[in-house]
Amino acid sequence: MALLELRDLSVRFQTNDAEVRAVNDVNLTVEAGETLGIVGESGSGKSQLSFAIMGLLARNGRASGRVIFDGQNILNAPPKVLNRIRAEQIAMIFQDPMTSLNPYMRVSDQMAEVLTLHKGLSKRDAVAQAVQMLDAVKIPDAKGRVRLYPHEFSGGMRQRVMIAMALLCRPKLLIADEPTTALDVTVQAQIMQLLSDLQRDFGMAMMLITHDLGVVAGSCERVAVMYGGRIRETGPVGAIFAEPTLPYTQGLLDAIPRVDQDDEELRAIPGQPPNMSRPPSGCAFQPRCPYRRDVCATIDPPLEAFAPGRARACHAPVPEVLGRMTRAAPEPDQPAAHPNEAVPQPIPRGAVAGAGAAGTTSTTEGQ
Amino acid sequence: MSDLLNVRDLRVTFPIRREGALPWSKPQPLQAVAGVDFTLRPGETLGVVGESGCGKSTLARALIGLVPATGLARWNDGQDLLAMTPRQMMAYRSDIQMVFQDPLASLNPRMTVGQIIAEPLTTHRPKLGRAEVKDRVRAMMEKVGLLSNQINRYPHEFSGGQCQRIGIARALIVEPRLIICDEPVSALDVSIQAQVINLLIRLQKDLGLSLIFIAHDLSVVKHISDRVMVLYLGRVMETASSDDLYGNPQHPYTQALLSAVPVPDPTIETSKTIVPLAGDLPSPMNPPSGCVFRTRCPRAQARCAAEVPELLGGDHGIACHFPGHLTETEIAHARRTEAA
Amino acid sequence: MVIDQSKMQSLSDRLVQDEVKGRSPWADARRRFWKNKAAMTGLTILVLVVIFAIIGGRFAQWSNEELDFSVMGQVAQMGQPSLENGHYFGTDNLGRDLYARVVQGTQVSLMVGVVGAAIAVVVGTLYGATAGYVGGRTDQLMMRTVDILMSIPYMFVLILLLVMFGRSMSMLFLGIGLISWLDMSRIVRGQTLSLKNREFIEAARATGVPAWRIIIRHIVPNLLGVVAVYATLLVPLMILTESFISFLGLGVQEPLTSWGALISEGAGTMNYGTLWQLLFPLFFFVITLFGFFFVGDGLRDALDPKER
Repeated sequence: MALLELRDLSVRFQTNDAEVRAVNDVNLTVEAGETLGIVGESGSGKSQLSFAIMGLLARNGRASGRVIFDGQNILNAPPKVLNRIRAEQIAMIFQDPMTSLNPYMRVSDQMAEVLTLHKGLSKRDAVAQAVQMLDAVKIPDAKGRVRLYPHEFSGGMRQRVMIAMALLCRPKLLIADEPTTALDVTVQAQIMQLLSDLQRDFGMAMMLITHDLGVVAGSCERVAVMYGGRIRETGPVGAIFAEPTLPYTQGLLDAIPRVDQDDEELRAIPGQPPNMSRPPSGCAFQPRCPYRRDVCATIDPPLEAFAPGRARACHAPVPEVLGRMTRAAPEPDQPAAHPNEAVPQPIPRGAVAGAGAAGTTSTTEGQ
Repeated sequence: MSDLLNVRDLRVTFPIRREGALPWSKPQPLQAVAGVDFTLRPGETLGVVGESGCGKSTLARALIGLVPATGLARWNDGQDLLAMTPRQMMAYRSDIQMVFQDPLASLNPRMTVGQIIAEPLTTHRPKLGRAEVKDRVRAMMEKVGLLSNQINRYPHEFSGGQCQRIGIARALIVEPRLIICDEPVSALDVSIQAQVINLLIRLQKDLGLSLIFIAHDLSVVKHISDRVMVLYLGRVMETASSDDLYGNPQHPYTQALLSAVPVPDPTIETSKTIVPLAGDLPSPMNPPSGCVFRTRCPRAQARCAAEVPELLGGDHGIACHFPGHLTETEIAHARRTEAA
Repeated sequence: MVIDQSKMQSLSDRLVQDEVKGRSPWADARRRFWKNKAAMTGLTILVLVVIFAIIGGRFAQWSNEELDFSVMGQVAQMGQPSLENGHYFGTDNLGRDLYARVVQGTQVSLMVGVVGAAIAVVVGTLYGATAGYVGGRTDQLMMRTVDILMSIPYMFVLILLLVMFGRSMSMLFLGIGLISWLDMSRIVRGQTLSLKNREFIEAARATGVPAWRIIIRHIVPNLLGVVAVYATLLVPLMILTESFISFLGLGVQEPLTSWGALISEGAGTMNYGTLWQLLFPLFFFVITLFGFFFVGDGLRDALDPKER
């Protein structure tokens, strides 16, 4: 049985202007001990997915579907149940460590509080365990530093403190939401190394949410790619990177410059990510997709398995996508400026996205 | 003189008052940029990399006159930009423009796109007529890939990538010769990053611009730069042509940085060796003696604490007493000391 | 792209032809404000009060100075509100028509409030924005001046002014104007400091836009939200201040009157069975304050939707 199973998980936000469909019918499993990477751009719903699992959605958000953790549905569970699971079974770390550290409390007191509350330890034992955990995350002189306040640590160290705090109760699942995005590369490498060491030592599963494909490549076993609030491709990390069968994944891999290769020109994905209060009809990626066909504009393709352990949501056949690993099209640099609030236009979005390219020819007239 | 900009011994010092110090006590100096040299040729792109706190953003702000600096910054016509009065500087401001990190925050939310892009133009060419300004703004919008009929919209109606295009249009409208880009793509999504990078490269080619491209993302810098300069604690560690620096890094710090960059390829990423750096970044208030990198260097020796290494080696400049590739044993040793 | 080029060209020409109108942040705020029921109620009340102040006098049967000799001396019995003798709100203790006096008091009180707030907005905004933007020693000097002015008990100064130079409308405006901008300048300076480090200000400085133009074009428009909210809360504060001074008997001079003066008179005679003399001015006073508070709240929500 999977450790965590999401069934038709959806998240909706009610805003002043419209309903935002942040997450749509996500089905996903995390096995005990495995590392699952969730990749997506801002607004793809990857963070809201994790907040929904943890029951931490903002007040105007509503989650539906099922989140089955260890055989028990915890979605919209009473706060008492959630609090226990959150502390002891599922832990979460964030991009900004200060969101989970109280700046006015000593690290020792914050860490001890978790243990006295959930494990019923005495204050003295709790502090001793806290020091042990700080040691485990390789904070030098943990015994001396445990008495410090969070702001007295450097950025990387603060991240370690937060990780130590999250792991105090030895959770079975760690959700890491962009844990290294705010850090420098050398510190990022250290933290990712630390996370994978700890994961091995503690035997916990990890859900790594990030936009950085490099980080995913280094530390995940399985990857789920999100776009427009849906998971559109899943598979083992090797296969996803070697032969991405989803046009979006392929586009992403083509679009990032690499430090280990000489890429003469980046192949950018044209257009803009969808606005989820007014998602495009059919497939959310269709306005930017080079493999677009008629059916894409009307029917959002379901996520279907096509090989063992792999699934994708795309109308274009696998061989066609794989056949054009790097697109031959000239550099589509000119996505139109097309603010989403445009006056209702009878022109389909995709067409407008191209209008900018044509528009560039008119630059001469103003010169 | 063929160089566009020739910078020698640029220093930026901030007075910092110690916490809890009395208001009349003498503040301590913090050298954010401590003697940077470089030359920039017309049409060239200089990449500046380094981790947070290395002074790369301060360097940019010093060059454009937002923070006071000492040293020499000789412009193409022989004038020293740093020795100018604000009035003299005015003439050069249209030659040097800047693109900022946060696309939305760098645009005034209460102004329309047209007003934003036109501002440098109305500041520097006040005699231009209203219609002429508008024509130029529209032409520039088309040039950076925005529809010119969006001229009356406000920044919040655009996405991050489009906002950055507006920022680029604002920088280009006065036809500058040098654009300083301070982390122009780090706030953008991966798929949008490539659009903006391609746009910058294309505009540079079309208009013959020079770029100073500041970023923490080494892959992006590699892609766009002709030359690259690596900064650490306000000092240049290594500078070379892009191919040379990435292909043959000599300074231990450059090697550590490059080894830490994640590569989107699982086979490479899981098998590579990362050069570990011991400890934390030292405080710039109190930098280490000798070579500032020595406290974290896997190769540090007694000489490193005593002597400041000079930037030597001409085209491939290295500020290190013991340059060269780190060996497996050195890396393994460094890993042991880090673990201890 | 499969779409053929000529079609694209015509499409782009068409798009270029008509400029799309932008949706300014102000328009957004206005839309949110119109949707806010409490704020709209407040605004309606305020509009009605203002209409009352402007044209209420036309419906009065008596002027605010005339004494009605028929009710003099027996105000408690004869001076009650009635439609027959034209005293809609009754009469005051001297037999003057209370309706006319409330209209007149409303005019004075609103004027004091609006003028006081206007002085605060203009002086406080420019002063605070300048201090904040210039910074350094100038900022220190300007803000310490504000501190010193604030540390003087203003009520005392105000009373002294009125006693020394005589009670007049212009003195009252001067006195209220003197104190009203202090808080505003502090708030504006704080906002300016946080705005100053935003990148769009840096961008303007890097281009060489002169300081005064940065203040006028970049800083002040971005402050107006806060200023507008604070100003709507300042108007009732000014009305309260004036009322308090009038209550002490130092406010506007007879035959002019204000809500404070009327309430003061009404409170003095409430034991003689003439409760209406207190209730009518008090009613207008209270609904106006409520109106302003609701509008202020609505403005804050409309201008800063994230804060909720």
